[in-house]
Amino acid sequence: MNKHIIIETIDLKKIYGMGDASVAALNGVSIQIEQGEFVAIMGPSGSGKSTLMHILGCLSRPTDGKYILDGDDVSNLENKQLAMIRNKKIGFVFQAYNLLARTTALRNVMLPLMYDRADHKTQEENEERARAMLARVGLEKRMDHEPQELSGGQQQRVAVARALINNPVLLIGDEPTGNLDSHSGEEIMGLFHEIHAQGATIAIVTHDPKIAAHTQRTISLQDGIIKEVIHNGHDKSVWAREEAQS
Amino acid sequence: MKLSETMRIAWESITKNKIRSLLTMLGIIIGVAAVIMVVSISAGTEATISDQITSLGSNLVFITSNFGRGGPQSFRSGTNNSLTFDDATALTQLSGVNGVTVEQNASETIKANSVTLTDVEVLGTTLDFPTVRDMKIASGNFFTQDEIDHKEKVAVLGSSLATQLFGTTDPVGQYVMVGTTRLAVIGVFEPRGSVGGTDFDGRLYTPITVVFEKFTPSQFARFLGNSVRLIYVKVDDQKNLDNTVTQIESLLAKRHNETLDNLSFSVTTQQDIISTQESTTAAFRSLLAWVAGVSLIVGGIGIMNIMLVSVTERTREIGIRQSVGATADDIRIQFLAEALLISIFGGLIGLIVGFVGSWLFGAISSMRTVIVPSSILLAFLSAATVGIFFGYYPANKAAQLDPIEALRYE
Repeated sequence: MNKHIIIETIDLKKIYGMGDASVAALNGVSIQIEQGEFVAIMGPSGSGKSTLMHILGCLSRPTDGKYILDGDDVSNLENKQLAMIRNKKIGFVFQAYNLLARTTALRNVMLPLMYDRADHKTQEENEERARAMLARVGLEKRMDHEPQELSGGQQQRVAVARALINNPVLLIGDEPTGNLDSHSGEEIMGLFHEIHAQGATIAIVTHDPKIAAHTQRTISLQDGIIKEVIHNGHDKSVWAREEAQS
Repeated sequence: MKLSETMRIAWESITKNKIRSLLTMLGIIIGVAAVIMVVSISAGTEATISDQITSLGSNLVFITSNFGRGGPQSFRSGTNNSLTFDDATALTQLSGVNGVTVEQNASETIKANSVTLTDVEVLGTTLDFPTVRDMKIASGNFFTQDEIDHKEKVAVLGSSLATQLFGTTDPVGQYVMVGTTRLAVIGVFEPRGSVGGTDFDGRLYTPITVVFEKFTPSQFARFLGNSVRLIYVKVDDQKNLDNTVTQIESLLAKRHNETLDNLSFSVTTQQDIISTQESTTAAFRSLLAWVAGVSLIVGGIGIMNIMLVSVTERTREIGIRQSVGATADDIRIQFLAEALLISIFGGLIGLIVGFVGSWLFGAISSMRTVIVPSSILLAFLSAATVGIFFGYYPANKAAQLDPIEALRYE
């Protein structure tokens, strides 16, 4: 089994402040996430899970240690390169949806394409892609609605479509169901499962064990280090699919 | 990000807050309108000056007594050095001189038949007057040297004065009562118009000797005897102007027993007047340009202020854009584009306000305004410069935001 490793961190540290006043948000975290994996990162607040997510999502750099994303060491990249990596390789789904206000669902989904420097497609082609993506998350009838006209669950679907539009190697969910009622939350998790089934690599940061239980593996953090890793026992579909491919 | 997309986002942001954007533009609008009006007014002033000078008669040289400037006392003490009627006569002998004339004016009540006009300017002058001041006779004749020498009571009327006194009938051969003196009308001038506050058409022209004898208005003027304030000399060709001025200076210096470096009179050419007036206009223009500059700076500060507010308000949006891959340059360009669009749009409105204002100003006031097409470029350049200069700091602030902080911003 030749599994491609999407994320590899080696002794990752993030230290805020200097000298005696310094606080280690991450104090040596080494994890690996393989292609096609669906992983939860859990922990109480202050455990370092948000810091880890920010580094995995290339929103910040580690103070020490290595982060290899899709085969490239991105630990020490400049802000500009990090922005380009976020654009090409990362898709974010935030707790608060983070859609642009007074901007249609379609334009929100197209946003990452606007910042793609290698993209030489026409506006029409980009629009077509965004429409297809919105259809994939079940919002073909809501494309021209603005966020305030959509329910929380629908807004989060738009956010998922936006996260997927650039075919990222990693989809990061930051408490993606945190602002949703349980029904909408289940729907979003269902959507994540669908995307996962289509081959996406997903990491979800959550403090909710029920959400974590949806995933294949839960990495629990406490005080900036890995406390435990639990295999949630429904890996079979993935392994089965990977074996079929290889 | 594509430029068209950047501009679209900037445009949307501006139109989302219409009132605010308009208020922000106000400084730029005023500044650019001021620039446009400054240029129009100074161009108008220049055009007026050049028109005036052209209509004064070309190649005109003015000789004035320096002693005249200090008032009556200096006149009294400097009587010996005053320009005289004989000086004027002597100048006619110089080569390159087409004509020499002096003027002495008075204000009188004029009656003809049943018409009475008060405070009409009576101008006593000499034979060369029509040549020197570019006046043409419409009917009859101008007075002769003989008539001047013999103080003949004759008059030539300006065109509008002729109409006021005699209507459509030909005044030549008629008589007018000027004060208590009866003058025979021997000619009428063609219309010439009003030049530099002097209405050539509303005056009555008569031999200067008659004015001296009959109409010299005050004790002060009577005291002067045959001295004159101002001699007009018409030079035949622009080429000979400098040479003729030199000749005039040496001739008059000799007549007054003076040295060339200490003359009691000044010889002024039209070119001197143009230069003086041009430098006055330039000073006026630079003053107004400062006013415009200050308004533009104030407008720029307004833009900076509102852009800073905008950056703060849109911190979350900046974070979202950064999270999907916007670089610092992308964010900076986006906010710069917004500042630029506000300033250019303000510039456009200012341009219209400036043009309308210039037109209104020209229509209402006595000052003339000329719309200068190149001022459009000036207006846009100044607006754009202000936008970029004052928009840079807020744009840079936006670009430097930390994505994590920006995403957390409520």
